[in-house]
Amino acid sequence: MTTEWLWIAVIACGAATFAWRALGVFVVRRIDPRGPFFQWVTCVSYAMVAGLIFRMLVLPESELASVPLAVRVGAVVIAFAAYFAFSRRLVAGVLAGSLSLSTMVHWFS
Amino acid sequence: MALIGDSNQVVRKAIADSLSLPAFILFFTMMGFGSLMQNTGYHAEMAAVATLLIWGLPGQLAMVELTATGQGLIAIVFACSLANARFMPMVVSFVPAMQRASASLPRQLLDAQMLSINSWAMCLREFPKVEPEYRHLYYMTFASSILLAAVIGTLFGFYGAVILPAVVVLGLIFTSPLFFALVLSATPGSAERLSMLSGCAIVPLAHHFFPAVDLLITGLVGGSFGFLAARFWQRGDDD
Repeated sequence: MTTEWLWIAVIACGAATFAWRALGVFVVRRIDPRGPFFQWVTCVSYAMVAGLIFRMLVLPESELASVPLAVRVGAVVIAFAAYFAFSRRLVAGVLAGSLSLSTMVHWFS
Repeated sequence: MALIGDSNQVVRKAIADSLSLPAFILFFTMMGFGSLMQNTGYHAEMAAVATLLIWGLPGQLAMVELTATGQGLIAIVFACSLANARFMPMVVSFVPAMQRASASLPRQLLDAQMLSINSWAMCLREFPKVEPEYRHLYYMTFASSILLAAVIGTLFGFYGAVILPAVVVLGLIFTSPLFFALVLSATPGSAERLSMLSGCAIVPLAHHFFPAVDLLITGLVGGSFGFLAARFWQRGDDD
C-alpha cells in the first residue's frame, strides 16, 4: 500500500468516527435533557457500553481469547471482591483482577 | 461533603484521577494498537495520528485489522465507523452532564472529539463531586491527560520499546474491561442499571448473529428494554 493510501485510510477513519460525534452534538442541541428521548438515548449508550465490556470479557477478540473462560470469570470475581473489600478503590480491584489472571495463566499453562 | 469548586483543585483532581489508572490502562492498550500498526505497514506518525483523530479503540482495531487482510478503503472506513457508532449516544448522554448551557457549536464539537469511553465513565462517576461550573474543566483536563498517555503508548508500541512476557501482557489487556466493569458497577438509576444488564444478556446473541453491528443492536434493544422497564416500574410505584 502506498503512503498516500495509508494516510487517506487514517484520516477517513478519523472523519467517519467524528461524524458520529458531531451527530451526537447536533441531536443534543435540539432535545430537552430532561425529556424522555434523552433518557432513552442515555439507556442506549449504557446498554452499548455494558455490551462492549461484557464482550471484551466473555467473547474477547484480543489475545485474551487464549485464556479459558473460567479463568477470566474467576479473575472478574476476585476483582469485584477486592474492590468492595478495599472500600470501592478501583486500583485495588483492577490490580487484584489482573494479577490473579496472570497468576492463573502462569500456573495452568 | 463540599463540592470541589476551585480551578487548581479541579485540575489536580483530574490529573490525579487519570494517573490513578486510566492513563496507564490507555498507555498499555494503545501499545498493542501501535505494534499492530507497525506490523501492518503503517508509519509511526500515522499510528499517532490515528489514536489522536479516531480516539476509539474498536474503530482503530477495525481499521488496522481490515488493512492487514487487504480490504478496500470503503470497507475499512465503513467498518471503523460502525465500530465507533457508540459515540453518537455517548455524546448525547454526556454533554448535558457537564451542565454547560452556553457553549458554542465549535466548542461542543471539540468536546465531542475528546470523548472516549474512559472519560465518559470516569466523568459520570466523578462529576457529582465537582461544582457544575468546573465540570468542563475537569473533563478537558482528564481527557487531555489520557489522550497524551494514549499517543505516547501508541508510539512506544510501534517502536517495540517495551517488551513484556506474554503472561504480563494478558494481565495488562485484562485491566481495561475490568476497570470499566468496576466503574460502571456504581452507576445509579434503575433505567441505566436495567439497560446495562440487558446489554450484557443480549450481546452474545447479537455478536453471534450480526457480528458487524452487534453493539448497535445491543444498544438499541437493551437500552429500549431498560428505558421501558424502568418507566413501567416507576408508574407502578406511583399508584
